Formats: sequence, C-alpha cells, structure tokens
Amino acid sequence: MSLYDYFNWIIIPILGLSVILVFIRFLKGPSLPDRVIALDMLILISVCIIAIYSIQTNQSTFLDVAMLFALIAFLSTSAYAFYLEQRQRK
Amino acid sequence: MKDILIMILASFGAIFILSSSIGLLRKPDVYLRISVTAKASTLGIGLMLTSAALYFNDYSVTTRIVAIILFVFLTISIGGHLLARAAYFTKTPIWKGTKVDDLAGQYDEVTHELYSEKHNSSIKPEKDTSI
Repeated sequence: MSLYDYFNWIIIPILGLSVILVFIRFLKGPSLPDRVIALDMLILISVCIIAIYSIQTNQSTFLDVAMLFALIAFLSTSAYAFYLEQRQRK
Repeated sequence: MKDILIMILASFGAIFILSSSIGLLRKPDVYLRISVTAKASTLGIGLMLTSAALYFNDYSVTTRIVAIILFVFLTISIGGHLLARAAYFTKTPIWKGTKVDDLAGQYDEVTHELYSEKHNSSIKPEKDTSI
C-alpha cells in the first residue's frame, strides 16, 4: 500500500469523522463556551487536514496556510473569551 | 522505511485527534471538554505535522513546521485557560458529579479578582442536575 492510498483511505476518513463529531457538538452545545471550543477544535483539525493535503500534492507552500490557521484559532479563542467576560460584567 | 515511519506517525496523530473529538462530544461539562481538547489534540497535531516534516525532508519546511508546533503547543493551553475562566465567570453549570470545586467562593464578582481566602461576594456556578 503506497503512502497516497494509505492517506486517502485511512487517515482522511478518520479526520473527516472527527470533524463530523466536533460539528455535532458545535450544533448541540448548550452554552456559548461549548461552541467556541468546538470552533477552535474544528480549526485545529483543519490544520491537520492541510498538512496531509500538502503531503499528497507534494506542495510545501500549503503549510503557510496551516500557520495562518493556527494564528486565527488563537486570536478567535482569546477574542471570544474576552467578549464573554466583558458581556457578563456589564 | 521512511514511508512506514510517516504512516505510523500520521496514524497515531489521527487516532489522538479522533479520541479528543469523541471526548468533546461525550463529556458532560464545559470544563471537562476544554480539558480534553487542550491535551489530546495538541499531541495529535504535533505528530501529524512531524510526519509532514519527515516527508519533505527540507530545512525550510522543517523550520516552518517547528514554528507551527511551538506556536500550537503554547497557544492551545493558553486559549483553553482563557475560555475556562470566561466560562466560570459566566456561571456555566458544573456537572453534578464534580466533587471538589477549588475556585468556589474565591473570585470577586465585580472586579474579577482572585482571593486566596473565602470572599463575601463571590461567583459560584450551580450544579447541573439534568445531565
């Protein structure tokens, strides 16, 4: 089994299943912090998918996008935490 | 040989990410969910990016990947802490099976300051009995 087939038939379906599970939590989440942490997790899984995709297409330029996604994940999480805390304070 | 190593690293990373997403779906409480995400997914992302670094085997790519891994290791835990603190301040209910809440009665409600002794006007989220 070549690397391409292994990624195509095993790794990508596992990552897709985990995206679906996290998205169920994103839709269900009883409170706002649940949704924020699910969104953070979705972005982090997409970083992994970008890494696998860059291996498959043999293009290392996609890893720049992965770095950008990691930055955006931290920025959005901290901004949402700040917003939640300030909204409570009035 | 290199392909087999890449496969092993990528499979372990995918398994860790799958387990952390199952934990995110199954855990009964916001705080437990944040804890699951901050630990297991960090290791999964690190293994997955290491497999990409092994595949390309190039200095420029490896430095980029080391930068991503360091950044992710630093920021997932900081973001989880910030979010759990915000969830505690907004009085998100705790799971009914929680035995010890060390922060109970130690955050000031107005100034959001942490006191080491018991405080009068403090935040205390109630337990959620519906779960």
